[in-house]
Amino acid sequence: MSGPKYGKYGGQFVPEILMPALEELEEGYERYKNDPEFLKELDYYLKDFAGRETPLYHAKNMSKRYGVKIYLKREDLVHGGAHKLNNTIGQALLAKYMGKTRLVAETGAGQHGTATAMAGTNMGFQTHVYMGAKDTVRQRMNVYRMELMGAEVHPVESGSKTLKDAINEALRDWVSNVEDTHYLIGSVVGPHPYPMMVRDFQSVIGKEVKQQIMEKEGRYPDSIVACTGGGSNAMGIFHSFIEEKDVKLVAVEAGGSGMKYTKGAALHSASLSVGEEGVLQGACTRILQDKHGQILESSSVSAGLDYSGVGPELAHLSDIGRLTPRVANDDMALKAFHELSLMEGIIPALESSHAVAHVMEAAESGELGELVVINLSGRGDKDLEAVRKIDRGE
Amino acid sequence: MKLSTKFNELSSRNEAALLAYVCAGDPNIEATPAIVDALIKGGADIIELGLPFSDPVADGPTIQEASERALEAGMDPDRYFELVASLDVDVPLVCMTYYNLIFQRGLDKFVTDCVNSGISGLIVPDLPAEESEDLARSCSTNGVDLIFLIAPVTTDERIKMLLEKSSGFVYIVSRLGVTGARSDVTDATAQILSRVKTDIPKAVGFGISNGEQASKVVAAGADGVIVGSAFVDIIASGDNVNERLEELAHDIKSGCKVD
Repeated sequence: MSGPKYGKYGGQFVPEILMPALEELEEGYERYKNDPEFLKELDYYLKDFAGRETPLYHAKNMSKRYGVKIYLKREDLVHGGAHKLNNTIGQALLAKYMGKTRLVAETGAGQHGTATAMAGTNMGFQTHVYMGAKDTVRQRMNVYRMELMGAEVHPVESGSKTLKDAINEALRDWVSNVEDTHYLIGSVVGPHPYPMMVRDFQSVIGKEVKQQIMEKEGRYPDSIVACTGGGSNAMGIFHSFIEEKDVKLVAVEAGGSGMKYTKGAALHSASLSVGEEGVLQGACTRILQDKHGQILESSSVSAGLDYSGVGPELAHLSDIGRLTPRVANDDMALKAFHELSLMEGIIPALESSHAVAHVMEAAESGELGELVVINLSGRGDKDLEAVRKIDRGE
Repeated sequence: MKLSTKFNELSSRNEAALLAYVCAGDPNIEATPAIVDALIKGGADIIELGLPFSDPVADGPTIQEASERALEAGMDPDRYFELVASLDVDVPLVCMTYYNLIFQRGLDKFVTDCVNSGISGLIVPDLPAEESEDLARSCSTNGVDLIFLIAPVTTDERIKMLLEKSSGFVYIVSRLGVTGARSDVTDATAQILSRVKTDIPKAVGFGISNGEQASKVVAAGADGVIVGSAFVDIIASGDNVNERLEELAHDIKSGCKVD
């Protein structure tokens, strides 16, 4: 059977060669997701290896400056410096229970590849990470980090040499080695069961927030704001609040250098805001494409948001009006990067800076309400070199 | 020409079919008609014309690069159907492309464009049977064969389900992985052929690049061999292309004659 759909989105648009593997994965996930042994081990890794739970921090200075009460969910404090490890621990553990010995993963900025290398080497896997050749240059310290932890990094020279091409190449590896290999997708994208499984593993973020905000404020927030590329940190923090209809969910996409297009490329990555229904890399979702259906390259100052598609569940939540897509461009994100660093002594990842930027822009209008939670999905250490170059006009 | 007509005709002559794949518009739109002619002259029985997609996940580097060259040359679905309609050939034509291009054009429009330009079959490698209901309906209404792939990892249960949905021929993937020329054709081919029990013609693809390999595949029970990357390699070389395509087609076709 084809996977559950999120409205008209989702599904399993993959070559026949992968269908048995997806069936096996779906069965494995259904079998272990409520298994006490599996859950106990997952909890152990999340607590003692990843460092959960992460704090919900009241950003006093930022709150004062913008006139609303702002909390930051500190996913930047997870081992590795981003929320990515929540998912890689979950999937690597599942792969172990399923008897796989090899992991393949794609990575854009290198965050997901790093998180895969961490979980992979810790649990005894041979780990292969595909990364666009352009990104291996932009993020060379992350390549080194992955290699230090025993992963083999394969630069991808095809197509636009970025995340989209890395996913294609990782899929090809999986197609060729499907018997002993688990493909560890890093976001809520791809064919079923990935969007559901990655969301579930990331949903620990929102579960914690629900408890923490009740303890601190005695109520749920008015808004939750998260940056969105593929959308795993967004789905992770949103999931527990979807039924809480009074909580506004805001997905902030990368506006890049403008909401415009050149031949074969968009200058932004806002597939939720302005993309159209289509099929990319295993799922029907909203994508950036030309009138014929060729996929457009995306663009953003932040490699982690630089993607032509978006998770199918986010596309559906947007269609039914449960979440609000918004856009923050490169300049706004860079400004927020500096401002949060100065105000709170917390350097956000460029990805998370987009969420921060939107709150800085929208808070005073009142549209986010009085109590706002921002998912600070990662720390900015990885971006220092890039931002410094931009600041110097290099 | 209908695919079934062609397979029947060949079978009565004790021959297996040579299905030759090239990407339309590679290296440029003007070159494709002569390339198709050369393949047919060499002995190709069915031509698979790829409609290039920006993200061909089921293909290896050879065909991805061909797709990039064709897209760069300006190939798009409108030009594709114009080009196909202009071909003056008496063999069945099959369109191979990815689902998003069909989806954006509209399923019915895409399929009627196939019919009007003379295409008799459609292969969509990223569309598994489970997602194919709407396209299958449109194909069946318009008399276009929708061709499914069967891989070595496909379970017997799935094979049964896929055969029920297949017409024209079934595309047997000889090994795991993506498209691309290989030096060996493994025992897996014979195994998978023996598991597919049907009257629908069985064409084997992935990794076949010469007459010797073709004759092994045919001896193992294939009704057709599908060759793509080996032809595309010749096109990519830019060296004496049409003559070498004809020679290679001739060599592979010689392996398709059943003793």
